[in-house]
This record gives sequence, structure tokens and C-alpha cells, in this order.
Amino acid sequence: MMYNGGKIITGLIIFALIITAPFWLNIGQADEPPEISLDTPVINQLSEKECIESAEFMRSQHPQLLNDWRDQVVREGKTVYTSSSGKEYQISLDNTCLQCHSNRSEFCDACHAYTSVDPYCWDCHGGGIAK
Amino acid sequence: MMNRRDFLKIMASLGIGSALVLEGIDRIGTAADTIPGSKNLQAGHWGMVIDVSKFKTPEDIQRVAAACHKYHNVPEINDPQHEIKWIWQEDFEHTFAELESEYLSEKVKQMQFPVLCNHCENPACVRVCPTQATFKRPDGIVAMDYHRCIGCRYCMAACPYGARSFNFFDPRPYIEEINSAVPTRTKGVVEKCTFCMERLDKGQQPVCAEASGGAIIFGDLSDPDSPVRKVLRDNFFLRRKVELGTGPSVYYIIGGGGSNA
Amino acid sequence: MLEKALRGSKGYYAWVGLLIILAVVGLTAYLKQFDYGLGVTGLSRDVSWGLYISQFTFMVGVAASAVMVAIPYYLHDYKTFGKIVILGEFLAVAAVIVCILFIFVDLGQPTRLLNIILHPSPRSIMFWDMCVLLGYLLLNFIIGWTVLGYEKKGFPAPRWVKILTYIAIPWAISIHTVTAFLYAGLPGRAYWLTAIMAARFLSSAFAAGPALLILLCLILRRFTSFKTSNQAIQSLAVIVTYAMIANVFFFMLEVFTAFYSNIPGHMVTLQYLFAGLNGSNNLVPFMWIAAILAFLGIILLLIPRVRRNEKALILALISVFIATWLDKGIGLVLGGFVPNAFGLVTEYVPTVTELTIIMGVYAIGLLTLTILYKVVIGVREQTEVGDISPGV
Repeated sequence: MMYNGGKIITGLIIFALIITAPFWLNIGQADEPPEISLDTPVINQLSEKECIESAEFMRSQHPQLLNDWRDQVVREGKTVYTSSSGKEYQISLDNTCLQCHSNRSEFCDACHAYTSVDPYCWDCHGGGIAK
Repeated sequence: MMNRRDFLKIMASLGIGSALVLEGIDRIGTAADTIPGSKNLQAGHWGMVIDVSKFKTPEDIQRVAAACHKYHNVPEINDPQHEIKWIWQEDFEHTFAELESEYLSEKVKQMQFPVLCNHCENPACVRVCPTQATFKRPDGIVAMDYHRCIGCRYCMAACPYGARSFNFFDPRPYIEEINSAVPTRTKGVVEKCTFCMERLDKGQQPVCAEASGGAIIFGDLSDPDSPVRKVLRDNFFLRRKVELGTGPSVYYIIGGGGSNA
Repeated sequence: MLEKALRGSKGYYAWVGLLIILAVVGLTAYLKQFDYGLGVTGLSRDVSWGLYISQFTFMVGVAASAVMVAIPYYLHDYKTFGKIVILGEFLAVAAVIVCILFIFVDLGQPTRLLNIILHPSPRSIMFWDMCVLLGYLLLNFIIGWTVLGYEKKGFPAPRWVKILTYIAIPWAISIHTVTAFLYAGLPGRAYWLTAIMAARFLSSAFAAGPALLILLCLILRRFTSFKTSNQAIQSLAVIVTYAMIANVFFFMLEVFTAFYSNIPGHMVTLQYLFAGLNGSNNLVPFMWIAAILAFLGIILLLIPRVRRNEKALILALISVFIATWLDKGIGLVLGGFVPNAFGLVTEYVPTVTELTIIMGVYAIGLLTLTILYKVVIGVREQTEVGDISPGV
């Protein structure tokens, strides 16, 4: 037995519409994928343009990598990262990552803005490079 | 104003259940490994001896403090309510209040003492921290993980030395020139002297010891042959508020007594 | 049962509306703090905890005081409290919610609150305080709501609720003991470093909480159909009397130890609070008002003839409540930060933004209390009507 069945169902439909509104309103309006720039002085001088790990790995795993690095260097005193290719790098967002990727707005922010993420790394790190 | 991310985070914080979700997010380990650096300075227990007699003028201490603050991106907020300081100077009466006497020599009365985090053996701040954002490293350094600090300021209530500062607002506008080699801090976290742990890890001495011209000696208290132990062997020294059982690792010698003076 | 809170008189709607407006105003002020940081408050490097934490501390006491109704009723079968025991439990629920909100607004990085659970630190008293407060909130809500639900259907509460009520009793003691331990274990704060802190907390809680509960009962008696018996009120008033005497006695013990031992560190905060230090004397008037009200309250309550007079009783209870609030909700926390680690005095004056946030938090607490009490009254009205004419 359902009281006010019609009202409840109408209400549910309106609710579902409001909740899914962002999808309906944005259909067919996808933004262009961002152009990511590697054009920085340090990268241009590299003979072999490679990051500490493969581009695919970095693209999908860099948040996790940075998360691990943070705990390793701050809490465990491990300051050196040995990559899967055996090379050693200083664990530091400021002194390793941002040395090459000194173009925050064209590299980091381009993708972060596209995917609508706002990492708080920048609250403390990267203060020395232009935004 | 609050952005979408912050809003979502607040909402998430309110639901205890989401803790489990967050913990459950897959932790894909990286293929590679992390190791300590080869140049790491290591010690059983880092400690500091400050020879106050070698600071001839208050400007000498200010110079050391300025070097520290510049290196570590400590903001210059000229407002005692909100100021942030890692190392600064106090006179004898305030540094060693329990030793005060009306018959103190004018010389001692006028002396200025650099004060900083004492990197206690039994740090009250570490004991009270609800997230282990402040913790003691095996080498004795009382470190801060600014990423984890929730800004409850319990450590500030617990510290008997007034060594901790809180970021009441975004500190960056108060940093004249940012040293890009080290991070700044963000609003809402507590900060303090770190004994320059990131420099030790690279094989360098703390900034203050370097800038002091020999007035600040830094070394391994657990090593009988270390320079700090040698100075402590040869001089009478003071530590702040030892009666509280905190075991401060910063020692003061005021000169005039021992062979080293 | 919640539907009972949706219908009410014009006065009820006006009251709820007012509380919602105050809560929204508080929220607006909080967003300002969230955006800028705790720099919008009067807090400082030296006085790093202020009214947020002191209100938290005081309200933990109010929450714990539900046990003063629960012990006589559940352990000693004191039937007089049968009707109001649920008011005590729901007062505890609202008070704990207020406590959690005060902790939340005090955080510099509120979005990281979950770190307390993600990185549990059993060495930290704050960790245990979180555990006992959340547990106490759940216990009281489950007990109150279940008992009321069964009452509505005309059944006695199930056995498992009875077991929960027994658990809730030591749990209530624990929340305020652990809250006292937040302060009493810090090496550098002589004013807090006292073994009797937990006892002081409990005694002041058992004075302030039941005093508030009686005042609430009197308000309900005037404006609603919920009529608390005079006997219940008088019994509670006796509890308030002796708890307040214990509270003042414990405080005098602190004064004796500090001044007879003549240890500067233990005397200096009391000197600051009651006489001022180096010209800093913001808290002196508050502390003397607290002292006067404490004695006034005790004297009025001790004389049976006066205590039975409703107007005098109200005056006495308000005196006790304000006295304990000034002592614990202001003097205790702020005094602990004076002098600072270098023997210097920094005074703290809350800002308008800070006070607005505090008002908002209390508005949310009162709203919670109002809704819960409205449900209680609604259910009682229904069952009482049912008793008279079962056919309806």
C-alpha cells in the first residue's frame, strides 16, 4: 500500500533529473584534451628526453609516486629513488621534478585543469617557479 | 572562498565511513626502490651546543636567525600574535626563568641566548600529536610532516619551550624571496626548527651552525669523540627546563669557566 | 518518530527558524575562517587555544552529566527520574555534537580531520578523546531513540538497551576523565598539571549539567505539555548542590597547594586570573564574578526553603551554571597559557568572527536539542492520550 504514490514517483524523477543534470547539460561539449608542453630550458638540453620512469607510468601513477616519495623522504629518511631502469634520483618534488618541469602552467596545470583536480602540492611546493 | 575540492573534502571528513574508502584506494607500488642517500650524515642522537660567549652582539644572533629563516622560507610576519620563528633570541631571565636572581652579574643579564626547538629525547609534542605528524626520527630529530598536520595545535600546548609556530594564514605573501630548494608551509599547519634534517641527509651542516662562525656546534651526542661531546666535557653547560624530563638536546655554554672558553 | 519534529506551534517554528538563521550566520563566518585561516580569530602564538577549545571542554562536561540522572534511575531504580532520564540522554547527544563541532572549527586543516583515524596514535590523549566521545554519542543516541521507540509502541525497552545503559555510565565518567587528561599530562603547563584535574572536571560537570537540565525542564514545563515533577527537580537540585560544593572544594585544594608550597610556577596563573600579572588583567573580573556566583549558588541551594522556591532555584542554578562556565569555559583553558614558555603574558581577546562561529555552533546544538526534545514530547503526548482513550 502506497500513500501519495504519484507524488513520490514525480519527486523521485525530479530528484534523478537534478542529480544527473551535469551529464545532460554537458553532452557533446567535451573540452579539447590539453596540449602538454615539454619545452623548458632544462629538458631542451637533455640529450635523451626521458623522465624517471616511462611516460605511461608517469602519466597514470605520478600522484601515487609522489605520495610514496613524500612518506619515504619525510618520514623514513630515504632520499634517493632508484628507478626501474636502475638510475638514481634525489627524492624531491622541488629539486627533481620541477627542475625539468619548470613550466607549471603548460605542463602540470594544463592537465590538472582539464581533469578538474586541484592538488594541494602547490600550497607549499613549487613556490620558486612561476605559476 | 571554498572551492569544489575543499567542499568535497569537508563532506568526506564528516562521513567516518569514507575513512575505509580512502584506505581502500588501491596502492599501486612503484617498481623501484627508495634508499638513504650515500652522503647522509648519520648519528645516534643529534645535538647542539651553543657557546653564547661567542655571540658578541645581538646582531650576531640575528644574522644566524636571518640565515635560517631565509633558507627555510620562514615568513617575516611582524606581529607577535601571528609571527613564525624557528630560531630567535631571548635574554637570560626569559630563557632560564627558574635560575633568575637579583644578584645576577650585569654581563649575564645582558647576554642574549639563541632559542629554538630542543629536539627533546622525550618530546611532549610527539606524545600528544594525534596523527604522528610530528615524530622523532631514530637519529633524535623531532621532525614535522606538514602534509599530515591537521592544525589542532596540541603540540603547541604541550611544548614547554614555546618552540612551535602556527600558520594563522597563508605564509607566502610574507616571504620576500622564496628559496626554491625547500618548500614553504601552508596555512593551518604548525612548524618549527627541523635541525636541518634535509641538509643532513645531503651531507651538510645545519644553516645556523654554518652561519654562526663556530658559536653553534652540531654533532652526534652518542659519539664520545664528536665535537659536541668534547665541548660538553670541557665546559659547564645549561639546558632549558631539564626538570620537566623532556631531555633537551640543545646545550648552552656561557663561557668564562672551562678550557674552551 | 522524527515526524514529530515537523509539526509544532507558531512559537516552535519561530524558535527553530531563529536557530537555523543563527546557524547559517555562523556557517558564513566559518567559511571566512576556512578561507583565510585561524588568523581571523584572536588566537596567537602564545595563546594557541581559545574559546573553541574551552567551549569544547565545558560541553564535554554537560554531556557527561547525563549520568547523574542515569545512575539513580538505572542503578538504584529511582523511579522519580524515569520521565526525565531521556532528557539527560538527548542533552548528552546534543552536547557531544557541539563538542565535535568545536573541535572541527578549531582545526587549521579541517579537511585532514580523518588523519586522526587513518594514522591512529594511541599515545595521544586526543585520539582517546575522539574514541570515547564518538562512542558516547552513539550510546546515548541509540539508548534514547530505542527506548522512545518502544515507548511509542507501548512496549518496555529490550534487554540489550538495558545493557547499553550500564555501559553508558562508566563511559560518561570516561569522557570527562579523558578530556581532563588532555590538559593534566602536559609537562610545561603548571596550571593544568594537577592530579585533581579529572575530579574537578567531573564535579563541575555534575553541577553545570544537571543545573542546565533543571532549567530545561522548567522551560519545557512552562511552554509544553512535558511536566517534570517537583520531586525530580528537587532531587536534581540536591545533586547540583553537592557537586558544586565538591567543585569549589577541589578548587580551594589547588589554591592551597599552589600558595602554601609557594612554587612560583603553580601560583602565577592563579595570580594572573584573580589579580592580574604585569598589568594584564582581562580575566580578573570574570574570575571574581565566577567566585561570587559560585558561593551565591551554593548558599541559595543549601537552604531547603529557598531551594523549593522556583524563582530562587532558577537564580541559584543560573549562578552555578555561569560560575562553572566562567571557571572552565574561560579561565581554565586561557589561564593555562599564561605565562608563556618565557614567563611573559600574552592576552587573548576573541574576535567577532570567532564569536559568530561559536554562536553558530551553539545554535546547531540547540537545534539538535530542540528536535530531539520535540520528538520526546510528541511521543509522550501520543502515549498519554492513548492511555486515556485507547480507542482513538
